[in-house]
Amino acid sequence: MARGQTGAAGRRKANGAGEQPAQTGKTQSGKDELLKYYRDMLLIRRFEERAGQLYGMGLIGGFCHLYIGQEAIAVGVEAAKRPGDQIITGYRDHGHMLVSGMDPKEVMAELTGRAGGSSRGKGGSMHMFSTEAAFYGGHGIVGAQVPLGTGLALADSYRGDGKVSFTFFGDGAANQGQVYEAFNMAELWKLPVVYVIENNQYAMGTAIQRSSAETRLHKRGVSFNIPGEEVDGMDVLAVKAATEKAAAHARAGNGPFILEMKTYRYRGHSMSDPAKYRTREEVDEVRKTRDPIDHVEEMLEKNGWADEATLKAIDAEVKKIVADAAEFARTSPEPEPSELYTDVYTELPA
Amino acid sequence: MTDILMPALSPTMEEGTLAKWHVKVGDNVRSGDVIAEIETDKATMEVEAVDEGTVAEILVPEGTEEVKVNTPIARLGGEGGAAAAPAPAPKAEAAPPQSRAEASGDPERKPPEVDAKPRPEGEGAAPVTPKVALRDPELPAGVQLVKVTVRDALRDAMAEEMRRDADVFLMGEEVAQYQGAYKVSRGLLDEFGPKRVIDTPITEYGFAGLGVGAAMAGLKPVVEFMTFNFAMQAIDHIINSAAKTLYMSGGQIRSSIVFRGPNGAAARVGAQHSQDYAAWYGHVPGLKVVAPYDSADAKGLLKAAIRDPNPVVFLEHEMLYGQEFDVPEGVDWVVPIGKAKVRREGTGVTLVAYSRMVGFCLQAAEELAKEGIEAEVVDLRTIRPMDIETVVASVKKTNRLVTVEEGWGPMGVGAEIAAKVTELAFDYLDAPPMRVHQEDVPLPYAANLEALSMPSIERIVKAAKAVSYK
Ligand SMILES: Cc1ncc(C[n+]2csc(CCOP(=O)(O)OP(=O)(O)O)c2C)c(N)n1
Ligand SMILES: [Mg+2]
Repeated sequence: MARGQTGAAGRRKANGAGEQPAQTGKTQSGKDELLKYYRDMLLIRRFEERAGQLYGMGLIGGFCHLYIGQEAIAVGVEAAKRPGDQIITGYRDHGHMLVSGMDPKEVMAELTGRAGGSSRGKGGSMHMFSTEAAFYGGHGIVGAQVPLGTGLALADSYRGDGKVSFTFFGDGAANQGQVYEAFNMAELWKLPVVYVIENNQYAMGTAIQRSSAETRLHKRGVSFNIPGEEVDGMDVLAVKAATEKAAAHARAGNGPFILEMKTYRYRGHSMSDPAKYRTREEVDEVRKTRDPIDHVEEMLEKNGWADEATLKAIDAEVKKIVADAAEFARTSPEPEPSELYTDVYTELPA
Repeated sequence: MTDILMPALSPTMEEGTLAKWHVKVGDNVRSGDVIAEIETDKATMEVEAVDEGTVAEILVPEGTEEVKVNTPIARLGGEGGAAAAPAPAPKAEAAPPQSRAEASGDPERKPPEVDAKPRPEGEGAAPVTPKVALRDPELPAGVQLVKVTVRDALRDAMAEEMRRDADVFLMGEEVAQYQGAYKVSRGLLDEFGPKRVIDTPITEYGFAGLGVGAAMAGLKPVVEFMTFNFAMQAIDHIINSAAKTLYMSGGQIRSSIVFRGPNGAAARVGAQHSQDYAAWYGHVPGLKVVAPYDSADAKGLLKAAIRDPNPVVFLEHEMLYGQEFDVPEGVDWVVPIGKAKVRREGTGVTLVAYSRMVGFCLQAAEELAKEGIEAEVVDLRTIRPMDIETVVASVKKTNRLVTVEEGWGPMGVGAEIAAKVTELAFDYLDAPPMRVHQEDVPLPYAANLEALSMPSIERIVKAAKAVSYK
């Protein structure tokens, strides 16, 4: 949203005032930390807004699912992660990639299908990966990442290297059968996996009440003895605190943990979903009262940790990163035709 | 100053109506604010500001129709990153031009073209009027032909069968309230209610199994997969439960069920969302597999599929949904499963295809005609049981065979046709059969690589000339 031009002060009243701002969830977060979350969330939002714009110009094709509204989850989980811990998610993946440390230029250039993209243009919006960042994608089949993420945890457990797999999926994906096959094995074998359900209340045009007999998704592990917790996914500190607890549980050999992050997507399911299944008022209400970025901004201001100049400087930095990424994504060449036939098989080592 | 440009609702949209302005000159806008509404014939969308500033000028008044994508529609003053017009992509060689005409208005974006030739209609091969009469059920004299999109023809088929038989019902993801992810089931919830038009959770394996179970109990489910890519979640029930149970039960347990949805590559949706399953299902005894091209076949064959006492896999094509073709009106139009159709007569070479590739073949035939090769185009319509007699009869006339499919070549539909023709008409072949198909790689996302990967009119023409030694 709009930090910058109109100034932060004018919008603060939109947030529920009065609570102890820097003490949400269970963590007391310091100034630098909070400023970093603010910046990272803003980067995701600006990046996604620009991606939407490039889509409108025809530079991005196919499916493009934006993360706007859900930024606190990717950022809060990242804050609780340790280096080497793995991440895997579905197709709504740009935010996770940005926080996992991938170069925004590579991410944007993958969106435009260019040689400079993280998959050299061969994957697209839904299929990006980075072994360096331990980011395992980027999957287009709803629910498929859940057994895959559990398998990453199997490898962690097998090697005993103390890593945890953070496996993200949506409220709609939570109804796929393979999710429960994975749950059972994860608990049975005490695998170090944290299931992060990003419950944005809709799966395409289907509100969760219309698809789920039990809508409290953190309870979905009950019959497997997997503990679960509901978390305010619009509050980055709450996300971080809950994730730290869940990761500690998993890392200590106690098996999986389910975090149900209550969140909201502001845009349509993908770029050309007119989202007629919900009202403009519903979206506006969330934006005004629960926006994850406004929330951090308010905490910063209440603590006297950021004046308008600081926020403007962050805004400018983020804008520049995004503008550079967009420029790179526009000017990076298309992949060489010979790329069509590469990467179908891995060559045997000589 | 920053120009706000007319955005596209989909990559194939060229123009739209600026329905409404939500801001006026002097208003401050922040990114995320809704500033306008735009419309195409398929959808309305809100335009959100990306940049911040004060509206300095409205360049296109509300109510203006046919506003071209990327036209400046307003001007913002104040700071804010410029929304520059898109620089043309630096092309690697061999990238074909992209046509960006509005294709089908599906909820998820639409396609750039994959062929070498820009086309008037924007999607697929533009319909070419067949040079032969329909080889279908006799039409009563004086029957009216009306133009109907493939999308609506499919819907009409379901509606007619649901009116006719109370045991027929539809289920799948987003089929009811959302009116279908690709709007194929538009209006059905209104007419038939939630008992017969059922929104399912995203749980393909589960609802396909429920569908087969209900079919075993005598109902006639139509199970929609949002796309056939997601039917891979459910393929066990399609094959192990639906296709085999009649046999395993010594003929006792029937499954009269239709599995339908879009199949094949759409546009720029990447490897996991772009597959042609004709060969996969065509492999399985106990299944019937249908893949129509035009609206009349879509309607007539879907009605036949619903009435068929066997499980039928009904493969549609997203890129054809928006195309209009003639459909006979006011008759109970049922096209028999298992009959191919000669869509264009010729003596030079036989082109065999199904679904969207039929349109490509008809276009290729026009190109070939300019070079003196009269191609005969055989539309298989049904993959299993395959009407090989019609193909063989054509090859006996032309002595040359080219098969065209969107799927991969190895173990494919073309491979089966070539084997059969070799077996049944070996002495008639003047050249080895050739297959045109997707390159043997997962479908890439990049526009140029995708185009290189897919069959094209150019490649069909090339193959036809090769078997003609020209
Ligand atoms: C197996 C499968 N079925 C259907 C789809 C089509 N589809 C893509 S996203 C989606 C909705 C998923 O919703 P949710 O899990 O809540 O995630 P969100 O989009 O809200 O992030 C559907 C039905 C798919 N990609 N894969
Ligand atoms: Mg959701």
